[in-house]
Amino acid sequence: MNIIEEGQAPLFMNPDPDKAREFFRKKPRAMTDKRMTEKEAVDMFIPDGCYLAIGGFGANRIPTAILHEILRARRRNLGFLGHTSTHDFQLLCAGNCLKKVDVAYIIGLEARGLSPNARRVMESGEVEVCEWTNYALCVRLRAAAEGVSFGIARSMLGTDTLKMSGAKVIECPFTGKRFVALPAVWPDVAVIHVHESDIYGNCHIRGISVADLELARAAKRVIITAERLVDGYAIRINPTRTVIPFYLVDAVIEVPFGSYPGNMAYEYFSDEQHLAQWLKVEKDTDEFQRFLDKYIYNVSSFEEYLELCGGIKKLKELRKLEALVDR
Amino acid sequence: MMTSAYNKIEMMICTAARFLEDGTTVAVGTGAPCAAAMLAQKVNAPNLVIIFEAGGLAPLLPQMPISVGDSRTFFRGIMAAGMNEMMTTCCRGLVDYAFLGGAQIDKYGNINSTVIGDYYKPKVRFPGSGGANDFASFCWQTMIIAVHNQTRFVEKVDFVTSPGYLTGPGAREAAGLPAGTGPHKIITDLAVMGFHPESKEMMVESIHQGVELQDVLQNTGFRPIISESVKTTPPPSDTELKVLREEVDPGRYIIGRQ
Repeated sequence: MNIIEEGQAPLFMNPDPDKAREFFRKKPRAMTDKRMTEKEAVDMFIPDGCYLAIGGFGANRIPTAILHEILRARRRNLGFLGHTSTHDFQLLCAGNCLKKVDVAYIIGLEARGLSPNARRVMESGEVEVCEWTNYALCVRLRAAAEGVSFGIARSMLGTDTLKMSGAKVIECPFTGKRFVALPAVWPDVAVIHVHESDIYGNCHIRGISVADLELARAAKRVIITAERLVDGYAIRINPTRTVIPFYLVDAVIEVPFGSYPGNMAYEYFSDEQHLAQWLKVEKDTDEFQRFLDKYIYNVSSFEEYLELCGGIKKLKELRKLEALVDR
Repeated sequence: MMTSAYNKIEMMICTAARFLEDGTTVAVGTGAPCAAAMLAQKVNAPNLVIIFEAGGLAPLLPQMPISVGDSRTFFRGIMAAGMNEMMTTCCRGLVDYAFLGGAQIDKYGNINSTVIGDYYKPKVRFPGSGGANDFASFCWQTMIIAVHNQTRFVEKVDFVTSPGYLTGPGAREAAGLPAGTGPHKIITDLAVMGFHPESKEMMVESIHQGVELQDVLQNTGFRPIISESVKTTPPPSDTELKVLREEVDPGRYIIGRQ
């Protein structure tokens, strides 16, 4: 095939679908009870050096409990799929967990501003990067989910984003037009927070799914944290609502308020005061370290973190904000 | 028309909102574009279809989203889908406008939101494309909202994150981008700029009330084309200001920035 142009950044993951098929051939299909603790899930499925992807959208429907556990486990040299990663990326930078990042959106927290610490980390030159766009990463996951080695799109054409990516520009065999070939990416592990799961990992998500349907099908292993566990009958009574079937899933952990301080649609709004505090304390490295000790390293569980942040009183406020009851 | 005192950011948001016609589709980036799209929906374009890359389609926005993936982006919406659904809708040519911000913008409307300085040793690392490159590639017309200063408006951006007219006439098509797409308006706190139909260079079309052409030129890092018929941008109306302050951004995330 005629390659017209190609990005100069390295690919972090092998796009060969047969390598992925070999893995999936051995993946267990039995519908077993997959409940475990956050710590067990990180120990079993997120080793140093693995390539990680986080579901949701930065500070919306994120699996905070697992991210905290990754920091406490002092994981290093992780690869990361950065598709609109905001508070999740901020956490992984705070723990110095990252070695290489596929970038679509990092460092920022959208309208809230940029993370000073994530900027320090990414400006240090110690983390390898490869540029993409949000849709390009979505296409890469979709290609992986389809079991092919690349997907195509017209993103990045003519830009430096393409030059600093791992994509290749190819000519369409039908029209002669240019398209961007985007290599499939099978993350070693994805962590996705959902509204409901049964003990086997059959999941319901309310509201937007972002790129999680593609992600759950692309990732070799999937850790689910769920606002609440439901009986298997709750899945079978309405199979239309199942968005992630159990055989994709390796671990299930019930974490009420698990997206805190992020937003969880129809459940609770983001804690903007806490997120603003993060951006503030990051300016001073000593103060930031004390903050991390207080909220993450010296904390033994996600429940304890929620208590530190204001507990049920705060969570009730965030529920009211989400429901717009006092509007 | 009597108009209360307003700041430059409010002027920028109100002006931007007027460019969104009722019954059109717009893909909205994070920050100021969210505020402008919501204001448009509340004031001049009640049937505006606002598209968010994370999956929200046509919400009746109850407040400005802080994130383009928060629950406000599908509040009483038509659909809560995912990124694939929203982006492929743009790919197929169903989306009229992209509404974006940017750290650096050049005379061809190219946007940099990746790095300032050398790529490998950046002075400042910014978030990257997010969905901006995709929107600027696929939506029919791209509009950019940005505060006007010399460091933002430059002759050539340090890094082309999202495509404007690239190196000039014909460059988008030559690169393989869909024909008939490209930058349309740049709305700043000082002026509105379009693009010259032939040279595709940025062109000052209207200057906000109380601002002099000299202010615009001094805050632009290159010499823009000046339209032969430069207009004065009308100031925000009382209704626009009231809705902007009380409904869109009561937390002053955007309009409180100076």
